[in-house]
Amino acid sequence: MSGIRFESVSVAYGGHTVLDSLDLTVEPGEVMALLGPSGSGKTTALRAVAGFVTPASGRVLIGGRDVTHLPPHKRGIGMVVQQYALFPHMRVKENVAFGLRAHRTPRSGIPGRVAEALEMTGMGAYAERYPRELSGGQQQRVAIARALAIRPGVLLLDEPLSALDAQLRSGMLAELARLHRELPDVSLLYVTHDQVEALTLADRIAVMDRARLQDCGTPQELYRTPRTEFTASFVGNANLLPVTVAERGAVFEGRTLTVGPAGQAPYGIAPGATATLCVRPHLLALGEGPNALRGRITEVQWRGSTHRLYVEVAGHRIKADLPELRETPALGDEVTLHFEPRDAVLLTAGVSHG
Amino acid sequence: MAEATGLAAPAAADDDQATLHAPAGASAPSSPPPAPAARGRRLPRVVWALPPVAVLGVVLLYPLALVVQQSLAPDRGGAFSGYTAVLGSAAFREALGTTVWLAAGATVGCLLLGFVLALIIAFVPFPGARAVAKFIDVFLSFPSFLITLALLFIYGTVGMANGVWTDVTGASEGPFHFLTTPWGVLLAEITYFTPFVVRPLLAAFSQLDTAQLEVASSLGAGPARVIRRVILPEALPALAAGGSLVLVMCLNEFGIVLFTGAKDVTTLPMLVYGKAILESDYPAACVVAVVNIVISVGLFGLYRVVSKRAGA
Repeated sequence: MSGIRFESVSVAYGGHTVLDSLDLTVEPGEVMALLGPSGSGKTTALRAVAGFVTPASGRVLIGGRDVTHLPPHKRGIGMVVQQYALFPHMRVKENVAFGLRAHRTPRSGIPGRVAEALEMTGMGAYAERYPRELSGGQQQRVAIARALAIRPGVLLLDEPLSALDAQLRSGMLAELARLHRELPDVSLLYVTHDQVEALTLADRIAVMDRARLQDCGTPQELYRTPRTEFTASFVGNANLLPVTVAERGAVFEGRTLTVGPAGQAPYGIAPGATATLCVRPHLLALGEGPNALRGRITEVQWRGSTHRLYVEVAGHRIKADLPELRETPALGDEVTLHFEPRDAVLLTAGVSHG
Repeated sequence: MAEATGLAAPAAADDDQATLHAPAGASAPSSPPPAPAARGRRLPRVVWALPPVAVLGVVLLYPLALVVQQSLAPDRGGAFSGYTAVLGSAAFREALGTTVWLAAGATVGCLLLGFVLALIIAFVPFPGARAVAKFIDVFLSFPSFLITLALLFIYGTVGMANGVWTDVTGASEGPFHFLTTPWGVLLAEITYFTPFVVRPLLAAFSQLDTAQLEVASSLGAGPARVIRRVILPEALPALAAGGSLVLVMCLNEFGIVLFTGAKDVTTLPMLVYGKAILESDYPAACVVAVVNIVISVGLFGLYRVVSKRAGA
């Protein structure tokens, strides 16, 4: 069992910091997603574990062993990348055997291990094929089999599903979850910019932006009680409203909104402080109710099972995802939205980055 | 070539039919005729092939035919007496041997040196790697004798290396005399022709997905294994292309051998030069030239077959 530990890891290219003192621990057997937009430093963090970038400062540990200055081929990790990177001149079985040969596995043991890895990813029937004879999804399965054949303690996945189409992607996501159930000892570090992949697969998500770790927690924690504006908007695309904290609730453009469990001062923030109120689009409802917000519709999108309304309230654009409406509202209509106090989260301005 | 004519021929036939059935000039829309042909009678497309073929024939093929004819028409004896005389001579056999081993040796040297150089330029990040790659492009345009001349400055009898030696030791002459031996020719040929191997290799390496190299090393492969099992297989077509180019060029190399001043190193082109210019024995020179051409063309054909097999 081996976990991964980043201890104040910084990476810089020519004076430009691409990863700023990252502290993060992936427990043995845990699935950790590194989620963030491009340029957020998430891939750099993964490459620091793999050994393809050398940190300017800090340490990387795999299974308690300091690997910061170990070359990649001595780290004992499995890696899967976006573009599969299968060796084109080798058959599928030779691709999978590559790591075993490099690890000097006894010759007699190789065919069995190759078959096992291919069976696990459902590619047993394709051992004799060349990569060019396989579809993208099949190639990615072979790449996963190749990485798992050496039985690594740590599996690094760098945007593994980004090159696949949407339908294949959800299938592969279920497949990866199943693989991890079958190999509960393997720690997974999963880099993605897709929040659905992160929310579905990960035990914990580390949210990254601008070379820094912004937030880290279970998917539920990050979704329901984000700690930063960036997390709130990147995970679940929340509405963010600037408010002033009051005795009981928060004041938004002259309206007092109640937030959190009734009667409590929200999160112990001192009254008068500025803060950000975060409420998910799907937790807004039409009509009168608590925390009513009146505004004018500026855009309507029909998304099959839901309608997305953009409503301008006192100069702020609010997104609301509503169950499919019988009658499509017209642009310019006056509507009232409301939300339950327990569905909103207050973020103090001090912790926000975004 | 065959495919191109194969495509052109049926199209021409279609046009002819179109003119037969519809003389108003309403030809098939798939092959719009050139504007002048829509009026008056149109020229068969074959006519357009005549000028380039004629130029090629006059400029290239006719002199070549003369060489072959000359080789078959010695002053005395039968048509092939020139061949039997030349091919039977010790001088020819020795020149053939020298040519082949020099070319083969230079090719092997270029492939080894070129592969190592290309690996370093492509995969070892160092400042100026791009400038070096650019310089190799420039190097390809240098005349071959320039390299030999440069080597003469360093290793020649009165070159720098020997000069330093005599200055330091006080000896009357330095120890470096290899430039006028076959080894000197080999050194000069390897120096000059290595970029011809490096160039296609760099192109091949730039196509290589670096993710493959990274995944290979994450799987536990050290640099040697990555080179042997991942990079080399991908580079084989480029190595074959560069190697066969160098082999053919070395077989025909003249300037380098002449400039080293290696009097004992007689290659086939040197033999042609000796026979034709120094001995005025044109038929014999032409025989050697024809043999040289046959070897070159044969090698080229072999290269085509091999590279097609390799799927290049």
